[in-house]
Amino acid sequence: MTAFHAARWNEPLIQELSEAGARGIIPPATDPAIMQAAGDVLSRLPKALRRAAPPALPEVTQHRVVRHFTRLAQMCMGFDVTTDMMGTCTMKYSPKVHDHVARDHRLADVHPLQDPETIQGVLEILYRFNRMMCAIAGMDEFTFQPGSGAQGIYTNACIIRAYHAARGDQARRNEIITTAFSHPADAATPAVAGFKVITLMPGAMGYADVGALQAALSERTAGMMLTNPEDTGQYNPHIREFVDLVHGAGGLCAYDQANGNPLLGIARAGDAGFDLCQFNLHKTFSAPHGAVGQGCAAVGVREPLRRFLPKPVVTFDGERYGLDVDRPDAIDKIRAFLGNVQTVLKAYAWVMSLGADGLRAVAETAVLNNNYMLNRIRAIPGVAIPWPANTYPKLEQVRYSWEPLFQETGVASAEIEDRLVDFGVQHYMTSHVPMLVPQPFTLEPGESLTIAEMDAMVAALRAIAEEARTTPERVRSAPHNASIGRIDGEIPHDPATWAFTYRAYLRKRSAWSGPRSPRATRKHGGY
Amino acid sequence: MRVGILVNPLAGLGGRVGLKGTDTAEIAARSLALGAIPMAGARMALALRALPREVTVLAPAGAMGEAAARAAGFSPRVVGEPAGVTTADDTVRLARAMVRQGIDLLLFAGGDGTARDVLVAIEREVPVLGVPAGVKMHSAVFGATPRAAGDLAGRFLHGRAATVAVEVMDIDEAAYRVGSVSARLYGYLLAPYAEDVVQGVKIGGGRSDCLALASIAEAIAQAVEPDRLLLLGPGTTVRAVAERLGVVKTLLGVDLVRHGAMVAADANEQAILRALSDGASATVVVSPIGGQGFILGRGNQQMSPDVIRRVGLGNIVVTATEAKLAALHNQTLRVDTGEADLDHALAGYRRVITGVGIVAVCRVA
Repeated sequence: MTAFHAARWNEPLIQELSEAGARGIIPPATDPAIMQAAGDVLSRLPKALRRAAPPALPEVTQHRVVRHFTRLAQMCMGFDVTTDMMGTCTMKYSPKVHDHVARDHRLADVHPLQDPETIQGVLEILYRFNRMMCAIAGMDEFTFQPGSGAQGIYTNACIIRAYHAARGDQARRNEIITTAFSHPADAATPAVAGFKVITLMPGAMGYADVGALQAALSERTAGMMLTNPEDTGQYNPHIREFVDLVHGAGGLCAYDQANGNPLLGIARAGDAGFDLCQFNLHKTFSAPHGAVGQGCAAVGVREPLRRFLPKPVVTFDGERYGLDVDRPDAIDKIRAFLGNVQTVLKAYAWVMSLGADGLRAVAETAVLNNNYMLNRIRAIPGVAIPWPANTYPKLEQVRYSWEPLFQETGVASAEIEDRLVDFGVQHYMTSHVPMLVPQPFTLEPGESLTIAEMDAMVAALRAIAEEARTTPERVRSAPHNASIGRIDGEIPHDPATWAFTYRAYLRKRSAWSGPRSPRATRKHGGY
Repeated sequence: MRVGILVNPLAGLGGRVGLKGTDTAEIAARSLALGAIPMAGARMALALRALPREVTVLAPAGAMGEAAARAAGFSPRVVGEPAGVTTADDTVRLARAMVRQGIDLLLFAGGDGTARDVLVAIEREVPVLGVPAGVKMHSAVFGATPRAAGDLAGRFLHGRAATVAVEVMDIDEAAYRVGSVSARLYGYLLAPYAEDVVQGVKIGGGRSDCLALASIAEAIAQAVEPDRLLLLGPGTTVRAVAERLGVVKTLLGVDLVRHGAMVAADANEQAILRALSDGASATVVVSPIGGQGFILGRGNQQMSPDVIRRVGLGNIVVTATEAKLAALHNQTLRVDTGEADLDHALAGYRRVITGVGIVAVCRVA
């Protein structure tokens, strides 16, 4: 393990750098010819919309602005700086060339209200990628409108609702079935869409069994929404029977494929009988993921549900691409316009660069990497692999447990996670809540990492477990080599300590000066 | 910050020598004769080392606390002393004495038997935390390790941990020695709570637990028809339901409620059967025992096989917070009504109400 130390800048807020009169850029004066042609544009602004005083923007020179954000970037533990194998998130390398292509002015300068005739190239990419996704998933039509994974899952819930409403059956069919280790959005978004939610608890194998599903099915069943493999990396081999049972009860089946990485080119949602599915282009399809920015969920449906997809749908008549907005049965728009088209372009570029064989190689490599890590981590004293009865290989991730180490030393998984930072690993996923596995940690190496990176991760975990026995305070007071020390875990749960704007910061900062223990109490497992 | 400490020097003796527990003086003597080494004091000292130095420690003289406090570097204020060989009476008397002198927290080292003695002594007057040192630790009052208990005590003293009511359970040792397990719910202590630290109750608690209980209470209030006779089982979950229905519930008893009014508090089997004899339709509301998962046959034996058959297997409403389900082994519920046929009929899968509009399906074994 090479020694790691993060950059540590004592960098003020940009507002605190403000100096009266400093300028980053002085825009050129308006061309006299333009001025003459346009007239006094500002005076035509309604009075109510005009500011009485200019906004209190910071006045900072250009090089100081660049330095400011470069320093902040250096203090971020992104994939370009450190290893990341945060489970349930399919972190992987995002090729730089795709970013470069997506920044091209022919896409960046497009206005969402432009006439379709003038954006034929953009529509062609959306249309072609739609057909690729249909081939990958065994579906008949996709939409790329949702701006996040959870929005994609919500789209599934809305389509299920629209399907039953169209049959006059919405009032009766008000229950959605999911499983405990599916992504929490498979329970949360149907609840938002007005459904009751039934969660099947896992049995001794770590996944729900057929008996549990049968106990949940009734004439009130609207559908089933789940992930498979679940967050545990375990594949439910009864999935075909699940689908048939739900269909037999009159419900629809939605496959949350945010954990789709291990199945590319191996298994298709449509072939397993699912009616609709969803992928996160910002996970499995390599578009950058993190900072909660510019996600894109691809939601696919089989033919009978096509009419419910939100408008517009990109069409092709053999010559020209168009937008179908005449869709009377469509659910409401999930997001404005066509969605995050740049993200679609990056995913399109990724699929084109790999081809069908390459996609399958991604899945196989991710699964092999994961099982390599599993077999090395299994040998670390203090780690348990939950559900010992389940001896199937795991797929793309594993939910491990530090419970034996915790019983022995009292050092918790969240504390080990903080210590990992000192080894140049930004984060691991503990678990979604509720935490059914005690002292959980979830790793997903994906296909991007080298064996050396995976070995370094295993060595770090082993070293920290040893520290928990010999020098537990070293673990409990971590991180030591990060940009900042441990953050008080109460802060995100106390509105008095939040500030999303500088104005709020000025108002609330007096509340931050009181004595606060540096010890953190984790309240959730991340996202 | 004042902490009372209490060590049961005999706790855990029966464990390593295979005697299952140390509830009687005779077993303790036999254990010592078999070579058992008292460990409770050392485990208390381990926990105390995690406490902030500025804490004032109150302790009974000698092996019941003082020695452990000194071993951990504290100068305890000595409160009373045991009368010869320590007994349950000493635990009760000295715990009360420390509470009278004013403490913010009672830290005890022992097992389920000691927890029961503490329950008798002080109920929920002050928060209590157990340093695990016994053979049996079914109660949810214990930290996972001595160190974890000390850590949690420190967090609590700094105002950084909430308190929740937790079950005090124990099994009949005599029956256990002949291979039969019959655990009983003895009551509830108030324990500090922080994630990941208390044994058997791994998540939830505090603020989020209050919200979850309110949601459960609302869901059940919406679901039950008011003219049904409700048989409300013991525990804090069902108590929250009763509160929503406008009834002050007994914590340990089975209470009968109809139309939002108490029909009978803490009813025994005969009283329940009498209330059911008029042919009224009834619903049982129960919540699993934390950490164990028993929904029938632990702490609610008044709901006998006759009662359950009379109410009907389809009229049993099970409810629990997600956090409580999370802490159960494989999220499995258990029944032990005393009749194998009835247990078999109750086995399978059952819906568990976890809040408004949300249900979990758990296996009943």
